[in-house]
Amino acid sequence: MNAPEREIRQAIDDPRLQLAIYTATGRLIDHRAGVVSAEALPHYQALRNEANAIKKHTIENLDYYLEQLESNIVAHGGKVVYCRDGEEAADFVLDLAKKRDLHMLVKSKSMTSEEIHFNERLERHRLEAVETDLGEYILQLAHQRPYHIVAPALHLTRYDVADVFTKELGLENEVVIEKQTKIARGVLRQKFLQAGIGVSGANFLVADSGAIVVVENEGNARLSTSAPKIHIAIAGIEKVIPRAQDLAVFLNLLGRSATGQPLTVYTSFLSGPRRDTEIDGPDEFYLLLLDNGRTKLLADPEKRQSLYCIRCGACLNHCPVYRKIGGHNYPWVYSGPIGAIITPQFHGITGDTWLPFASSLCGACAEVCPVKIEIPKLLLKLREEVAQVKRNEGSDGMGRFAFQLFAWVATHPKIYLLLASFGSIFFPFVPHVGPLKKWASQRSVPEPAKQSFHQYWASRGGPAKRRGNDGA
Amino acid sequence: MSLFVTCIVDQVFPQVGIAMTQVLERLDYQVDFPKAQTCCGQPAFNSGYTEEARTIARHFLNVFRDSESIVVPSGSCTSMISHHFADVFQNDPKLLAEVQALEPRVWEFSRFLLEAAGVEDVGARFDGVVTYHDSCHALRELHIQSGPRKLLAKVRGLTLAEMGAAEECCGFGGTFSIKFPEVSGAMARTKIESIRKTGAATVVSIDSSCLMQLQGVIDRAGLPIRTLHLAEVLASR
Repeated sequence: MNAPEREIRQAIDDPRLQLAIYTATGRLIDHRAGVVSAEALPHYQALRNEANAIKKHTIENLDYYLEQLESNIVAHGGKVVYCRDGEEAADFVLDLAKKRDLHMLVKSKSMTSEEIHFNERLERHRLEAVETDLGEYILQLAHQRPYHIVAPALHLTRYDVADVFTKELGLENEVVIEKQTKIARGVLRQKFLQAGIGVSGANFLVADSGAIVVVENEGNARLSTSAPKIHIAIAGIEKVIPRAQDLAVFLNLLGRSATGQPLTVYTSFLSGPRRDTEIDGPDEFYLLLLDNGRTKLLADPEKRQSLYCIRCGACLNHCPVYRKIGGHNYPWVYSGPIGAIITPQFHGITGDTWLPFASSLCGACAEVCPVKIEIPKLLLKLREEVAQVKRNEGSDGMGRFAFQLFAWVATHPKIYLLLASFGSIFFPFVPHVGPLKKWASQRSVPEPAKQSFHQYWASRGGPAKRRGNDGA
Repeated sequence: MSLFVTCIVDQVFPQVGIAMTQVLERLDYQVDFPKAQTCCGQPAFNSGYTEEARTIARHFLNVFRDSESIVVPSGSCTSMISHHFADVFQNDPKLLAEVQALEPRVWEFSRFLLEAAGVEDVGARFDGVVTYHDSCHALRELHIQSGPRKLLAKVRGLTLAEMGAAEECCGFGGTFSIKFPEVSGAMARTKIESIRKTGAATVVSIDSSCLMQLQGVIDRAGLPIRTLHLAEVLASR
């Protein structure tokens, strides 16, 4: 697949959208900067190193920690279901709903469920799934996918939301944010009370205590996981961490990196169904552990660090490319720099071959990544794989030829100088990757120098010139 | 002391190489320019053509093998040599060892002045308000941030006006600029908005590639701003 050039151009040419993205991500950048500064968190860099080390250790011993997690969850009276893909996850939920004769479930925000098109799969079988995170609820009404990992409706203004509510809920054009929130709350409160199943994601799965941890700001995850009789959590296998005490590292980083909060408003530690001594909580608890391609990534010792991601979204906020093209122009639900490195690994390198190249390699993403994923390095690695695949297929046409020629010129100084005297050593790129037309579509073309530095040096007669000889 | 002027300075901005030579010679350095030099191989490396990059990098090693120190008017090309040559030769222990021996001898120009020559004041004079653009590889791979500002602070007649989001990418990104021209152009226009707000008439950087991108968009917009490499400012009297 090629880049969606028309859609990208549309996003760039839409001043309202550009302002919405730039303002929202800019706010997240500022908030984060305030809470990770040397004054606010002196050991921030040490925490990042520790987070990276814990993730590395866990991913390299994933089987051990998953087994430990499972046995502890079972000991609490819960069940663990391993799901190869989205179909297996949906089938389990559909089957359970059928057995218990349930027709509606409430959901808190979960990118993992977005990844497997969970709602669509259920709705095909008449099981209604209601999103209860405000942003997700708006998107569900608007029939859109999340624009951002953390702030799903980041691209919508309150006027857009008013339009959605008017169209989908038949309400008056309400543009006051507080009132919009009240409208959503009114609808959703009823859903929480009616739903037979509550579905959540999980930010962390704690192996040594058999607990799942969910962070949120709205309280809807807490309601989703405690009001209905059945709680089902869906999480990728990479979400496991060894010990409860590791949360001291991760909780300190997640909120700060995502929204600039030292901690989110709610942090729920959930371990299994309601005990006899407890007054509320679900009667049944299931953890759906999703593979959906993750085990494939484990095979590559360098690229498997992609699985360290804790989905904070900081790389999106700081990415100058994401901030221009927006979230919907990425091919998968995971957008921005993390999307650019995991999409080709999950879906295959031959799919969206443009994705690893849609980066200026500025490195802002890696600089803010709380678990220190080397995103630019992995982008380069994936570019190499794309070039290799195309080379093997013989489908890279002029690209390979241009670089072979460039390499040949660059290793033959006499040819280099000869070409330079004709105007440009960059000529191999002109027909393929460097059409002057594409450069000139955005910018003026620099005047070619009358004399190259090589020629200048030859004319001044070589080295050993002393102070002031250049007429300065 | 050897110059590696980079292909872009050689071909498009020779005045930057000349200015760098002037500054270094005024500091009494014996400047040498190995004539067989061409490119560092970054365009190939960043496009996934590692084999071709390796060929070019090997040529670089041959040309500069005996140089005591190598001074480069670019953070990006310096980083290619000091950081990414090791990736290029990761499966070749012999050349990897050679790269590791080379690495401490490769200097980005501003860092050479401050840390090798030990000068902050090169005796330059430049009248006007300038703003400084942090180029990405210099900032994030070489951790060069305060150095160029220190050098600018000592230039007589010069006022440094910091822009907002100075660390934000200009959108060049090598072949990215022609693979995704609209995105690249939009990034540059955002950057130029930050530059414009400072009121500075000149934007300075230590990478000519960023400046080529910015000047191209500035000219297209007809704005009264010019771009100069740090070496050009430091060579002014």
